[in-house]
Amino acid sequence: MIAEDKMISAEKMNTGTKEVLVIRHLYKSFGSNHVLIDFNLDLKKGENLVVLGKSGSGKSVLIKCIIGLLKPDEGLIEVFGKNIPELDHEELDRIRVKVGFLFQSNALYDSMTVRENLEFPLRRHWIKISQKEVNDLVMETLEDVGLTHTVDMTPAELSGGMRKRIALARTLILKPEIILYDEPTTGLDPITGKEIIELMIEVQKKYNASSIIISHDMNCVKMASDRVIVLIDGKCYANGRFEELKKIIDPKVKQFFE
Amino acid sequence: MGLVLTMQLRPSMVDYGVESQLPAIVGIAIVREIGPVITALIFAGKIGSSIGAELGSMKVTEQIDAMEVSGTNPFKYLVVTRVLAATFMLPVLGMLSDAISLYGAYLGVNIRGITSFNLFWAQVFDNLSFSDVIPAFVKSYFFGFAVGIIGCYKGYNSSKGTEGVGRSANSAVVVSSVMIFVIDLLAVQVTDLLGLN
Repeated sequence: MIAEDKMISAEKMNTGTKEVLVIRHLYKSFGSNHVLIDFNLDLKKGENLVVLGKSGSGKSVLIKCIIGLLKPDEGLIEVFGKNIPELDHEELDRIRVKVGFLFQSNALYDSMTVRENLEFPLRRHWIKISQKEVNDLVMETLEDVGLTHTVDMTPAELSGGMRKRIALARTLILKPEIILYDEPTTGLDPITGKEIIELMIEVQKKYNASSIIISHDMNCVKMASDRVIVLIDGKCYANGRFEELKKIIDPKVKQFFE
Repeated sequence: MGLVLTMQLRPSMVDYGVESQLPAIVGIAIVREIGPVITALIFAGKIGSSIGAELGSMKVTEQIDAMEVSGTNPFKYLVVTRVLAATFMLPVLGMLSDAISLYGAYLGVNIRGITSFNLFWAQVFDNLSFSDVIPAFVKSYFFGFAVGIIGCYKGYNSSKGTEGVGRSANSAVVVSSVMIFVIDLLAVQVTDLLGLN
């Protein structure tokens, strides 16, 4: 267990902008497996934060707690000033409009076409939207990811990279202010992975969204991060810019950058 | 079902000299028991496994989580709709199955003998009453509900990847089939208590 005073901070980030997400003293366990232990995090408006850690270190658990898919045992998760664990379903749905989630497995609905996949969150969150507006939004978002021609295809007809882009389009269609990416380049070849990262950076700029990217792909970390957090033993072990963390000699941090 | 049942019953009926009662007996057996139960078992095999596998694969590929993030209550969207569909469609399928089985029985009767179409149906319906049809129809709703809810439960609680999906589909069929027999047993008791037998 690492004491709080031993936490390595390569640089105290201060962009002067308001935090859109604040996590304090977060604990989450599965039986005797303590995944998150007194975890703290701040995310500022427009910031790209990468959470780096080994497989099974609790990265995905962290973002599932943020979006309300998992309930933490203890702690505060404040998104736009609302504490997620205390929200009821309706309030949580209102917050979820502002928080996009890109699943590791893409989680596209197999039985629906690309159009229906993209329409799904619109129909659920914006009930009064007209069909024309829906169509325009679908096409506009598909244009952002460069896949307008796939609109009437089903996910089974798409390649891995295309599926990832469509999943990203579905995440973006509600124009979220925070985007949570769960290992966005996992299972993709290096070239497609790089394209996805570039796309993420592009849309992040276009929508001025903040993002938390869960990854252990160093190329992704290097390209996409404004700031990196290293998650070890359920805690934020190191925190800083990529180039600065790279210089740290602590073996637990160094192993990620070698 | 009707054709096979008729052909298997025929020799015994001939031995006892009650061959003429064949349409009546087969009609009662099909409407009361064989039609609803066999249809429910086939339904459990096809629909129960399909629901278990579909929801199971949605669970392991995070589609259910994606639905929740999209502001949809997955329980209402995926479970309630499937359970309602299974509950209300199985009795309809049961009726269709009864009709087809009775046509089969008519063919079975005519393979070894000659019975006119009108006489066959007259004998079937003369010996059937509402107390035969209604309990069978009502228990089909319970069979449908059991298949739907068990399939959804097994699929929704699927884990351990693709292996878990197969296991969900399999256990959905096994548990549904056992449940159909349990409900059938209870239905007989209740029908008996109500004096409908």
